[in-house]
Amino acid sequence: MAEQNESNSLQPHESNEVDITAIAYEKVDQLGAKSFWAQLQGFWVTFSAMFKKPNTVQYPEVKEQTAERFHGRHQLNRHPDGLEKCIGCELCAWACPADAIYVEGADNTPDHQMSPGERYGKVYQINYLRCVFCGLCIEACPTRALTMTNEYELADSTRGKLIFEKDDLLGPLRAGMIPPPHPMYPGMTDTNYYNGDVKEAHPSQETK
Amino acid sequence: MTTTQENPTTQAVELITVVIDGFEVSVPKGTLVIRAAEKLGIQIPRFCDHPLLDPVGACRQCLVDIEINGRAFPKPQASCTIPVEPNMIVKTQLTSAVAEKAQRGVMELLLVNHPLDCPVCDKGGECPLQNQAMSTGNGETRFEGVKRTFEKPVAISSQVLLDRERCVLCARCTRFSDQIAGDPFITLNERGALQQVGIYENQPFESYFSGNTVQICPVGALTGATYRFRARPFDLVSTPSACEHCASGCDMRTDVRRGKTLRRLAGDDASVNEEWNCDKGRWAFKYVTAIDRLTTPLVRGVDGVLAPASWPEALAAAAAGLKGKRAAVLVGGRATTEDAYGYSKFARIALGTNDIDFRSRVTSDEERDVLAAKVVGSKTTYRDIDVADHVVLVGFEPEEESPIVFLRINKQVRKRALKVSAVATKLSIGVDKLKADFIKVAPGAEAEAVESLSLTAKSVILVGERASESSGLLTAIAQLSDKSSAKIAWIPRRAGERGALEAGALGALLPGGRPVSDAAARVDIATLWGVPSLPATTGRTVPEIVTALNRAELDAVVVGGVDPLDMADSAEVLAALKKSFVVSLEIAPSVVTDLADVVLPVAAITEKSGSFLNWEGRPRAFDTAVSDSLNRSDLRILSALADQMGESIMLGTVTQAAREIASLGKWDGASSKLTPVKSSGAKKISGNEALLTSWRRLLDLGTMQKGEANLAGTARKSVAVISPKRAETLGVKDGDILRVSNNYGAISLPALVEDIHDDAVWVPRNSFGTQTLISLNAVHGDVVTVVKA
Repeated sequence: MAEQNESNSLQPHESNEVDITAIAYEKVDQLGAKSFWAQLQGFWVTFSAMFKKPNTVQYPEVKEQTAERFHGRHQLNRHPDGLEKCIGCELCAWACPADAIYVEGADNTPDHQMSPGERYGKVYQINYLRCVFCGLCIEACPTRALTMTNEYELADSTRGKLIFEKDDLLGPLRAGMIPPPHPMYPGMTDTNYYNGDVKEAHPSQETK
Repeated sequence: MTTTQENPTTQAVELITVVIDGFEVSVPKGTLVIRAAEKLGIQIPRFCDHPLLDPVGACRQCLVDIEINGRAFPKPQASCTIPVEPNMIVKTQLTSAVAEKAQRGVMELLLVNHPLDCPVCDKGGECPLQNQAMSTGNGETRFEGVKRTFEKPVAISSQVLLDRERCVLCARCTRFSDQIAGDPFITLNERGALQQVGIYENQPFESYFSGNTVQICPVGALTGATYRFRARPFDLVSTPSACEHCASGCDMRTDVRRGKTLRRLAGDDASVNEEWNCDKGRWAFKYVTAIDRLTTPLVRGVDGVLAPASWPEALAAAAAGLKGKRAAVLVGGRATTEDAYGYSKFARIALGTNDIDFRSRVTSDEERDVLAAKVVGSKTTYRDIDVADHVVLVGFEPEEESPIVFLRINKQVRKRALKVSAVATKLSIGVDKLKADFIKVAPGAEAEAVESLSLTAKSVILVGERASESSGLLTAIAQLSDKSSAKIAWIPRRAGERGALEAGALGALLPGGRPVSDAAARVDIATLWGVPSLPATTGRTVPEIVTALNRAELDAVVVGGVDPLDMADSAEVLAALKKSFVVSLEIAPSVVTDLADVVLPVAAITEKSGSFLNWEGRPRAFDTAVSDSLNRSDLRILSALADQMGESIMLGTVTQAAREIASLGKWDGASSKLTPVKSSGAKKISGNEALLTSWRRLLDLGTMQKGEANLAGTARKSVAVISPKRAETLGVKDGDILRVSNNYGAISLPALVEDIHDDAVWVPRNSFGTQTLISLNAVHGDVVTVVKA
């Protein structure tokens, strides 16, 4: 084997370069100019556009509504009583092809209940310098905690500001919601929460 | 490494040839079908099967079709319980549709009651059930009923949580606890669909080895409280490492997320820890971040206040205080081999002295002589325990002081009723579990008991570091070994002691076991180090260094990772440090810091690479787990300090030190002679007096267990143990408070009446409410007064 290698190494390497003159040309049939009628058909599109209302708007003074399912900034949702839906399972981070999501889970304790059940997301970050808005994280989320809004204005002046923390991502507290931490709805389990049995906060959930 | 001649079990093994999925394979008689298939690279799904546990066939996941001599079993069989036989033809799921369907069926049944907890379960991502449900399960469930649920999680100890509904009843945890750890505190209760893992009423799962059940659980039924919900496997950067807690030398894996250690797992090293480790090794890792770490060098100014300083400033101050002074080195037993070698070389070259001692604990000159004559360079291994005819424990409680040694002895006791004898004052829980022959002696009278033993060349004497606390005992052991050619294994408690011994961090020894007193040995090392000569006088021991500092015979001391409160007469040690110029190398502020003149912060174990030598003398190398730390190892700092003093030791990196240690070679000259020490016997007592005996428990107040409350929760309760006879005299029953005192101080603990020598009282050495060295300043064999409080 070694002998063979040795003899090979003495051989001059064959050049990979190709002599341009040695390549034979192949004749390709070119289509000739289209008929006048055909050209007129093409220009008709241009001509008719002259009489349409322009689509362009004076952004940022004027803002158009996006498509309904436009992939914009993420939002972390809440249960109707205000508890967070996120359980810190990291499935979104796992699904993310751009490694844009960082999650740390933690235990819910009786005096610090952030979400129904045992576990909540203590740290939740999305790096919008990395995010490609593919939506795989949304598909991965087992509790529908993570969804996407239609907000697209995500430009800023520093890299740090584009790493959104949990506070930036959490959805607003709506009517009937109490900001967590607070206990779960009396008599309800985490399964009830997922089944949508909790409709609003119970007065006893208000923490003093 | 091990030669086959040494291995008496290497006989001609009978091989059996079987056909699995059309491939022939020859395996030793008695091999299980599942393992024969593994040899061919055929993976049969399984949950309950574990190579180190007895087969049980509990989960039924490994069903295969088997045919012997042309006669097929009517139904698929569990391949984890059937040993191979001649003319056996096995068809796994790969070639048999019946086996494949059977496995699918079993998986479907296992999943009937398994909750869809994966998003909140710690096992998610590294779960054998998840993986095998993908490979052998159906995509859709046909089960439409309501799953059986249990209350969850149940804390079966402060560190292990149980989710019963996730359990697939494989019985790995119960079998481990029973067969390996010898702590059958966890069992399967109830029958049928309600069968569940449980603990006995009022008795939590407080085994020193409970963490292993978390690691071998094939589902997320058992989880560790500390790691719960902290990370997913893909977040973790794993580094192979070695355990720094004791001299067993476990192979480990350290999992780090963003610069923080989140968990440690037992590695797989068949010749050392097999696949197990103890709970201390597994869970005591938070001390690195929990304690208040030193971040910058500190220098004591003219105003007497320690103030932060730059490295050049601090090194200059340290060099100025050490240069040309009579200085000594105290290096703790926690240093890595490379660091200990650095201290050893630093003492000889930069300080020009042999005054270095790694034994920062209760010691004796006799111990130094026995270490130099018998232990350094010796090669007793775990394998010797495996083939021993008799194991003798002297001054050594294996379960508390070197848990993996305990597991290894326990394995042989269970397998072949290995004879174990323990020369001790108190029958410990571990020794009781080993069904050992308990040779009860009064503290101080161990030597006579050892002399009366008769051993053979196949016997092993396991000697703990506490043997040094009874005068004449180590001499008696050495003589017994000479007489019977039984092997001696010295098992210190700390991970770095054997390495420090081999690295020459001892006044009487140069690196590689070369006696200082031997001129040829000194020339040997001087040549290697490129220095004209080495100091020729044998160095002082720890007590001698302390005395010399107090008498101003020494001016300065370099202290590396030493807790003065571990030593006998700690007040004198502190006085000595107060008097002299102290350079302290530490990871966190300690008692020494308060007395130091220059404090140099060093890297913790996760922040540096290096190696330990375990009690066998086997190198246990580990790599940097947290790579973005600015802290440097002791070695690098000593090297810089030596440069500053103008006496270079040329040890800039761990690799460099390791290479130099490897190039030392073995010492082929004569080892030093042993001066026999006569036993002074047990002290005389009268009335309410008793002789104190104690040892450190595995889980106690150790600095390296800080910051881990879940682990501390399973520590054994602090008690004072007395014999039934003494209990009767004092009118004391279990639970009554006893007051153990001397003219230095007192300790009050609940009494426990147990099998202990009538003249003795046992208390833990460093547990909650009982720190004998600090409170009583008393060591093994000292007289104390025991009264009912």
